[in-house]
This record gives sequence, C-alpha cells and structure tokens, in this order.
Amino acid sequence: MSKRSHITTTINNESVDFLCEPRQSLLEVLRDVLYLTGTKEGCNDGNCGACSVIMDGVLVDSCCVLGVEAEGSKIETVEGLSSKGELHPLQKAFLEQTGMQCGICTPGFLIAAKALIDKNPRPSEQEIRHWLAGNLCRCTGYDKLVRSVMTAAESMAEV
Amino acid sequence: MNKPEQTKSEFRVLGTRPIRPDGLDKITGRACFSDDFHLPNMIHGKILRSPHAHAKIKSIDTSAAAALPGVHAVVTGDDFPKVENKLISQGAAGMINIGEVADNCIARDKVLYDGHALAGVAADNPHIAEEAVNLIKVEYELLPPVMDVRTAMADGAPVIHDDFYPGAFILPTEKFLPNATRMQLGSGDLEKGFAEADIILEREYTSETIHQGYIESHITTVNWDDNNYITVWTATQGAFGLRDHLADVLLVPMANVKVVPLEVGGGFGGKERMYMEPIAAMLSHKTQRPVKIALRRDEVLRATGPSSGTYVKLKFGVKKDGTLVAADLHLAYEAGAYAGGPIFLGAIASTSRYNIANIQINGFDVIVNKPTMRPYRAPGAAQALFAVEQMIDELASECGMDVVDFRMKNLTKTGDLLVPGFPCAPIDTVKMMETVKAHPHYTAPLNGENQGRGMAYTMWFNLGDISSAQISVNPDGSVQLITGSPDLSGSRMTFAMQAAEALGIDVENVSASVGDTDAVGFSLPTVGSRTSYATGAVICDLVQDVLEKMCARVALLWEIDAELVSVEKGVFSNKEDSKLTMSFQEACEKLHETGGPITVHMTGSPQSFIPGTCVHLVDVDVDPETGKVDILRYTVFQDVGKAIHPDYVEGQMQGAAVQGIGMALNEGYYYDAEGHLKNASLLDYRMPTALDIPMIETVILESPNPLHPFGVRGCGEHSIIPPAAAIANAIHNAVDVRLNSMPMAPHKVCAAIKQKQAAES
Amino acid sequence: MHDFEYCAPDSLKEAIGLMATHKSSARLLAGGTDLIVLMRARRKRPELVIDAKHIPELTELKINQEGLSIGASVSCRTIYENDQIAESYPALVDSTSLVGGIQVQGRASIGGNLCNAAPSADSIPTLMVLGAIANVVSDRGERQIPVEEFCVAPGQTVLEDDEILVNVTVPAPAANSGARFLRFIPRNEMDIAVANSAAYVELDETGKNFRSARIAIGAVAPTPLFVEDAGAALTGKPISEESILNAAVIARDAARPINDMRGTVEHRLQLVETLTKRVLNDAVKRAIGEKV
Ligand SMILES: Cc1cc2nc3c(=O)[nH]c(=O)nc-3n(C[C@H](O)[C@H](O)[C@H](O)COP(=O)(O)OP(=O)(O)OC[C@H]3O[C@@H](n4cnc5c(N)ncnc54)[C@H](O)[C@@H]3O)c2cc1C
Repeated sequence: MSKRSHITTTINNESVDFLCEPRQSLLEVLRDVLYLTGTKEGCNDGNCGACSVIMDGVLVDSCCVLGVEAEGSKIETVEGLSSKGELHPLQKAFLEQTGMQCGICTPGFLIAAKALIDKNPRPSEQEIRHWLAGNLCRCTGYDKLVRSVMTAAESMAEV
Repeated sequence: MNKPEQTKSEFRVLGTRPIRPDGLDKITGRACFSDDFHLPNMIHGKILRSPHAHAKIKSIDTSAAAALPGVHAVVTGDDFPKVENKLISQGAAGMINIGEVADNCIARDKVLYDGHALAGVAADNPHIAEEAVNLIKVEYELLPPVMDVRTAMADGAPVIHDDFYPGAFILPTEKFLPNATRMQLGSGDLEKGFAEADIILEREYTSETIHQGYIESHITTVNWDDNNYITVWTATQGAFGLRDHLADVLLVPMANVKVVPLEVGGGFGGKERMYMEPIAAMLSHKTQRPVKIALRRDEVLRATGPSSGTYVKLKFGVKKDGTLVAADLHLAYEAGAYAGGPIFLGAIASTSRYNIANIQINGFDVIVNKPTMRPYRAPGAAQALFAVEQMIDELASECGMDVVDFRMKNLTKTGDLLVPGFPCAPIDTVKMMETVKAHPHYTAPLNGENQGRGMAYTMWFNLGDISSAQISVNPDGSVQLITGSPDLSGSRMTFAMQAAEALGIDVENVSASVGDTDAVGFSLPTVGSRTSYATGAVICDLVQDVLEKMCARVALLWEIDAELVSVEKGVFSNKEDSKLTMSFQEACEKLHETGGPITVHMTGSPQSFIPGTCVHLVDVDVDPETGKVDILRYTVFQDVGKAIHPDYVEGQMQGAAVQGIGMALNEGYYYDAEGHLKNASLLDYRMPTALDIPMIETVILESPNPLHPFGVRGCGEHSIIPPAAAIANAIHNAVDVRLNSMPMAPHKVCAAIKQKQAAES
Repeated sequence: MHDFEYCAPDSLKEAIGLMATHKSSARLLAGGTDLIVLMRARRKRPELVIDAKHIPELTELKINQEGLSIGASVSCRTIYENDQIAESYPALVDSTSLVGGIQVQGRASIGGNLCNAAPSADSIPTLMVLGAIANVVSDRGERQIPVEEFCVAPGQTVLEDDEILVNVTVPAPAANSGARFLRFIPRNEMDIAVANSAAYVELDETGKNFRSARIAIGAVAPTPLFVEDAGAALTGKPISEESILNAAVIARDAARPINDMRGTVEHRLQLVETLTKRVLNDAVKRAIGEKV
C-alpha cells in the first residue's frame, strides 16, 4: 500500500491538515477523513455536482480531485457558508422559498450558486440555469431552486 | 366525540407556508443522510455483480479475495439460508414472493440480469473491498438473454424461470406464457362497440426502461449483534417493509430487526425495496462489526429497481360526435427478472379518466433479463398515457373537435364506474377541463413555424391503507408527533400542519419526526401518493383521541363530567357555562396534576383509490434538422383536494413534471444485444438539467376529498404521468409527425421527419 | 480505486525524468476529469500519477502577434474567460465553454482532452481547423505534431509512453478569417457529443468568396477527423448555400459513425451535414466581423 501523505490545507478559513492515500478523492477526504459530510456524493464521476466545492476560487467536483492535490489550497464547503450562526443569503432563500425537497443535492447547489454570485452578482435566469447545469436535482424540477438563487442574488445586491 | 367542525375558510394552518423542521440541517450540511452515518469499528462492503444478463453460476472462487490484506469476510449465496417461494401480502401494494426477494438480493444458481449481485466482501475501506471483489473468480454458463417484452412473449423464447410465481402488484395475475402473466379488465361488448364506431384507429407504441434517478445512491449500515439483534440504518421509503423482508430472508424474528430510517435523498418509488441489506447483515454477522455498503452510481442503474419498458397496442373506436364507444388495449410491461411489475396500475391509469362503454384491457407482466422493476412515481401510468393520450389527440382531430371539448364529452365523473369495477370517488373533473380552457396558455399564440402545443390529461388514484402515528402532549404545551412514514420531501411539516390544524394550536408547537420500527407502529411505505393523505388522516383521527383525553383532564380540573367539556380551535370550554374556558397551553401545564403527560398511538387504514386529476399544457420548438425538442412553456393543472403547504404541492407538480419531461425526451436504458447496460452513468442516462427546462407554471385546483377531514388528495405522483403524452402531441402539432416510441430522442424525431418528407415527395 | 503513488514535480525537467523512468506505468494528471474517472472505472491503472499542474511550461497561456500557446494543463475556464482568446480565437471559446459543466471546465484541460483522444473530444476539431501544433517532449528530445495527426484510435495518440505534451500552439488568425465550432447533444449541457464539427474559413478581400477553408468533425469515426477535401472544395468558391452544402456533404461522406448509446449512424450522418453547414455559415459571419 502506498504511504499516506500529510496534506495541509485551508478549509472554510481554518487551517486543516490530514493524512490520505493518493487514491482517496477530495470528496472522500472531506467526508470520511474530516467528517465534513455536508458535501455529498451523488455519482462519483463528475456528472451530478452534489460534491461541488470551491477550490482556490474555482468551482470543482470534489469527486474528480485527489485529496493529495489539495496541498496548500483553500477550500470552501457548505459547512463554511454560514458564519457565526448567520445564514448566507443563499441558504436563507433556499429555506424560505423551498428551493429544495429531499435536500441531497442542496449543498452542491448552494456552493455552485455561491461561486456564480461571487463572479456575477446579478445573474439572469438563463445565466443561473447555465451555471447550474452541472448540478442535478431530481426533486424540484429546478423552478423554485432557480428562483431561490435569483432571490438571494437580489437580496445580496440590495445590501 | 368532541369533533371540531372544520370548514374550508376556517383553516388556520393549512394553506400557509411555514419552514420545514429539517430545512436548516439540509442547508447547512448537518442533515444525516444514509452515507453520513458512521459507527465506531465500522467496515465497508462491496458487491460482486454479474457482467452477464443471463447465465448459470457454475462456480465461485473467493479465495484470492479473502486472502487480500484488509479483507475481513466474503459471502456468497451459499452463506444464506434457503428461502422458500411464498407469496406474502404487502397491503395495498399487493403480494410479493419472498423467495424471489432473497434471490434478487444475492443470486445462487442463476444470474438474471447485468448487475445481479452474487457475492459480497467486507474490508477496512471501500477501495480494498472493491479490489477484493475483483479478485473473485466466477465461472458462468451463458444463457441467451431476453431483452424486451415482445421477444419474451414470442414462441420459442428462452425461458427465464423454470417455474415462477405469478407476480402480483396490487391485483393477482395468472401465468399465461413461459415468461409472462396476464390480467384482464373490461366491460361491455367490444364487438358491438366497434360496430357502433364511425372512426376506428389502431396504433402501436413502445417505451424503454427508465430509472427513478434519485441523487442519493442506496447506502446501508447494518449491525448484527451477539444477541441476534439486527439494526439497519438506511434511507428507505418503507422501514417496516425492509424490516419484514430482511427478517424473512435471514430467518430471524421480525422483532429482532430494527430499521432506523435516515434522511432520504430521493426515492420516487425506488427506495421501498431491500437490496444490499442481507449481504451487509451477513458480512456483519461474520465479522461481528457494523458493515456499511454504498452502491456506486452504475450499480444503482444496473441493479436497483428501474421502471418498465413497454409495448402497447391500441384499437379505439369513436362516433363522429366524439363519443368513445370501444377500446381494446394490449399492454405488455417489463417485470424485469421476477414477476410483479406495475402492469395493473398501468392498466387502471390507461383509460379511467374516460367513460368507454365497451372496453377490454389485456395486461401482461413480462419477465425479461433486466433488474426487477420497481415502482416509479405513478408506476406504469406514464407509459400507458403516452399511448392513449396520443390516440385521444388523433381521435379528437378525426372528429374535428377541440381537444378539451373531446375530453369533456367522455369525461369520467363522480360515481361513474371505473374499469376495475368500483365507482369513481368524488372529484370535480369538469372544473378541471373548464380551468384549462380558460387559462391564457391554452390560447396564447405560438411564434415560429416549428412550434407546437400539446396537452394530456390523467386521473390517478392515491393509495390509503395502513399508517401509524403517535402523539405525546407535553406539560409545556409542545406536542411530539412520530409517524412511521419516511419523509421524502417535507411530509414531517405537512403532518405537523395537519396535527396543529386539528389540535387548534400553532404549527411551531408541533415537532414531527419519523420513528424507527421499534418506536412506532406498522406503516406502509411512503409511496402511492398516500402519505399526506393516509398518514394525515390517521393523525387527524389520533388528534380526536388526544383531544378526548385532554377534555377528560380538563373535566377533572373543573370537577365536571367529561361529556360537558368541548374543544374548538385549541380552547376547552364548559358546554353549560360558556365563560368557563381553558387554552390548550393551560391544560398542558396542568397535565401533571391530572395524571401526567399524554401519549396516544394509533394505527389506521384510510380508504385507497382516491382519484386525483391533472392536465399538462406544453409548447415545444422542434429543430427539424437535428430532431432536438426544446420546451418553451409548461403549465401544470392539478386537483389536489386541499393544498396543505402550497409550496410543497407546487414542488411536487414541478418536480414530477420534469421527471416526466426527462422520460419523454431523453431517458432510457440502452442495452446491447448481449444484455449489457451501456449507459449506466448520469452522463449517458440523461436526466434533465436546469438548462433543459423552463419555469413550470402551476395551477392548483382544490375539489375536496370527502374521505379526508381536510379534503386532502394525494398529489405526489400525478404530474409525472402526462408530460410524455403532452409533448408527443405538441411535437405532432409542431411538425406533423407522431412519435410512437419513448424517449422521443432527437434521432427518432429526426427519423420521423425524414420519413414524412420522403412520403410527401 | 487501485493503489498508486502520487507526485507533483515543479519543473519540466523533473517530469521528463519521471516519465523516462516509469514510462507506461506513470500517467500525467492534468484536470483529472478523464484520468480519475477512468481509474475509478478500472480502465486505467497507473502505478504513478504525476500531477502536471505545477510545471510552469504546462500551465502557461501566451498570446502575441505570432499566435497563441496554451499549456497542456491550462483549464477550459482559464481559456474561455480570457478576453484576448475570446477576441481572436472565438472557436476555442465555443469548444472549451461546453466541456461538461462549470465544475468540469474549472479542471479539464485542452492537453487532457487531446491526450485522452476521445472520438468525441470537443476541443480537437477546433484545434485541427485552426492548424494547431502539439509540442511534445521527452528525454529523447522534442517533437512538433500537427493536431490532425495526433490521435490514432479511441483513447490512443502518437505519444510514446515517456512523452509529455507541453503545449499546443495556434497560429495567429489570418485577415478575413473566421472559425466556429458546434456540437449536437440531446441535453443542453453535460453531455458527450453525438457529433461535432469545426470550420475555419479565409475569405478574399471582397468577402464574397472563400480563399480557403478547413473542416474537422468528431464523434463520427474512431478519432476526430480532419476532412481536408471538404475544406478544399471551398477554395475559390463563392459563399453560397450551394458551395456550403457541397462541403457539408463531403464532410458527411467522410464520416464513419457507429450506433451506440449516444446516437445512431443515420442521425450522426445527418448531424454532420447540418452542423458543418451551420459552422461554415457562422465562420463566414465571424470572418466578416459579425458576432455569432
Ligand atoms: C462530467 C464530464 C463531462 C465531460 N464532458 C465533456 C465534453 O463535453 N466534451 C469533451 O470533449 N470532454 C468531456 N469530458 C471529458 C474530459 O473532461 C475532457 O476530455 C478534458 O478535457 C480532459 O482534461 P483533463 O485535464 O481533465 O485530463 P486528465 O484526466 O488529467 O487527463 C486525460 C488524459 O491525458 C493524459 N495527459 C494529461 N496531460 C498530459 C500531458 N501533458 N501529456 C501527456 N498526457 C497527458 C492523462 O494521463 C490522461 O490519460 C467530460 C468529463 C466529465 C467527467
């Protein structure tokens, strides 16, 4: 068995180090090594976006990243979205506008939507749909979900 | 009894949109789904699956796998008790052959589909388990695969089971052919009907196998302890069914099995059945450690319950004035590897919404070398509707009639006898048609030469049957509600709302949760649009019990007869002295003075087959050069009786519609000639993305269901049924071709257009 | 996944040395959107995975008068978010902005797309029509390979076991030229091409005639196909429905598609023709300065 590597990262603004085998994906490390189980596995091959995280400012599927690749990087997961008990506007909108049903895809959508709003604070419906095409939701039909992102973007633009 | 009288205008809680109790956990990542559950000392299982669709197992050599460092145990079919074939009741969901349930979980002699499980390995981590699985050597003797219903029913088809029990989803069927059972429904005189008809059309339709496509895979953690007590933590739609099946398959008492339902990451019918639990349990038994098994996405697609591919043949007769007079339906549905597919439901759904005096339905449940078909949201209905509503569209046009008027002419109404022989329970179907016709979408202009509009109408019946609930009233005025109905999309909130409405208290004071199988009474799974209706009705009855007990406590405090206390909207009063009142909160605070907190449990069985209706209107744009169909506008009309939480009702309508759109356009299993599933990934099993769908407009109709105290009808399934038919009709309207094969993938649309052009020139 | 070792060299020299030592038992990792997925599916089992994202030569994006050089590990997003590329090489934006979804685009590289050599790879037809060169190195020296000669079979390239793709270079666009890439997928994103097509055209000063053209198609043969004849048929021809259709038909006739879960032979042939017509029309528009 190959040796485990010692990896140092920043996750949700806290420095975190962990041991992992090269074959462990970043998703696996987050969930099974660090017990940050908010990031979900849906397909484990980049097709559903449930495992979305932001890595050094770039939205990625953590199932298609090796844990060892995270050395020195900065990672944002759903657990870091709210701060000091204050929900992120996206979280608030998803909650209040029923932007979810079963909830399994929700963390991935929240993170993907955050990456979008970070880049484009006032996305149109079409821009939201395009950006979120890498995230599958099987419950909502996307309607309330897309509306939630629009509402959050509006509320963020107001402040 | 002091039954609080409710009229529609009096609802305090129903119709509002409170925030669900599990919401916060789900947006912060704290919710515990099946894969988020960890136990100390837990090891990981993986499953070896057949690469062949149909083969005899000659030998299995597990020695290399067992020898791999990090591997703790290997199991094969031989490690399991032999479970005899026996039909056992599933309540409203029909009968099931437990011997076949066992064989489906782990094959012994024969593998019956690509992905059929035949061994399991437990190891320190999933990677090692997977490496070990691949070290298991199996010798097969290949048998010819049977991959579609027509081949399976043809003379001389390879026989899949030497002997099989006629499957029974809801109603029994009879063994008819070596690979098929048959059920028949009908009334009137078909010959006479066709003789009366002015126009007779005959058509054939097919559809591919489809999958529910929930985003959470199947994941289970099982611990079989030294006292022969088995605990399962998993995401399931039905904890009790899982408990009972696991006990039956492992030959342990049901009382020794506890299933703890975790958050469910989508089910749609696909998570009401047991898959890996026996293997996980046996691995746990062998290792004395908890074992978790998480299926990969390809395993989910290859080996968990998809829904039937079909072949449908129709012959319909209509009079010039638009009266349907005769219908002959031949519905052949895949059962998968074992009998018991959704044929009966497909048959009922096919025509119940119309009165057809002379009708005959021959339904076939056909065994093929594919995974065992499981319910998928209104099981079997969309496939039947795809055929029948296209037929209706054609007949309306033959009669020169508007499509709504044509349907209005033949509409089933309250009390009309339905095909299975019972009368249609109360529902306002005329109002549905009028609402559609008056809606701006119905008459909005289309722009563009390849645009078209289509509609489809369905009537679907929600189940009732057994649910349990328990209410505890606490001395601080808060109320705990536990049900045995797993929550797939907010039902804890809709239960809390019904309880609060019936109790006359604020919904914030009701905390609803899903109990494990030791904590609450037997409940059928969350399927069949039954939960908000049936469990809700049981909760309402239970509340009456609670209130009766509370009245008795108040009577004690007031030192009067219990009969003299009445309660309305959370206020107790003395029937003889209306000034003497006490709030629910005050009564709770005095519970300890009157005998302690109250806990009441109830198991009830509300009536099944409550009709619900919906109409879908869709505008499409077809690119004739590529065959691509874009959805431009979509409106869903649905009669839900009473929308408890309108957001959730709209969510059901929208989500189901989009699943239906996926099924209509691009979803379908693709098997090669040898029976290997070639598109077992979410890249190639193409479910709609956000970019494929417009906003879905919803119109909620509320014609009350008299069999529920608040008028609720089931609403979870219905809207998956019409999309394929509506889109097919819209494509026809746009480019004048009929698509008789689902999914209506671009290559088929393209081919149909080419064929038409060739015929014209 | 199988067990393997991982390293992340920060110089090309070190990477060359590792490849020379480990050869076929080592594989380079760019975005991993093919390699990690294939390893998980047990279809690739390297003993050593060499991260190619810390090697300066492979992560560089250079654009100047002579043309464009894209390091093999540069991500699709970096490419299509670059304003200069959008201005001068919009067909590259067409290609890179539709690989997977946003998550995949953040990692997937053009080098990986090329070296993975899928018949459906969306960047390859565009690179072919733009006349791109793959620059390759090993401890035995450097090679320049025109992209149209790079892929030899599904998943196979002309690369030797120890060779590293450093970058692809694209010549600066000629005057009066334009290029366009389109693909057909059943969904609107997140799909593998059923067929794709790229065209590059150069017009004469009048803007009414083709001076030259290059056409390449994908997902319709064991490798992406550069269809020289289709482009050549346009040389000196007026821009017309007829000349464009003629080129599209030649492209269609060059296709050798199969039936699989993504499409049928008949549909793919029709798509090649349709897409080629469309990319030619759009390329012409771009050549005369119109936006598409
Ligand atoms: C969900 C999903 C959707 C996708 N959609 C598309 C799509 O729409 N269109 C499309 O074309 N592709 C698609 N792909 C495939 C993939 O994303 C692309 O092929 C991508 O460009 C690969 O780049 P990468 O950087 O991820 O490659 P990697 O996976 O890192 O590498 C791919 C291969 O190239 C080799 N390699 C990498 N760099 C070098 C180098 N410098 N020298 C030599 N060999 C090297 C690797 O060893 C490996 O064999 C999709 C993949 C996924 C998971």
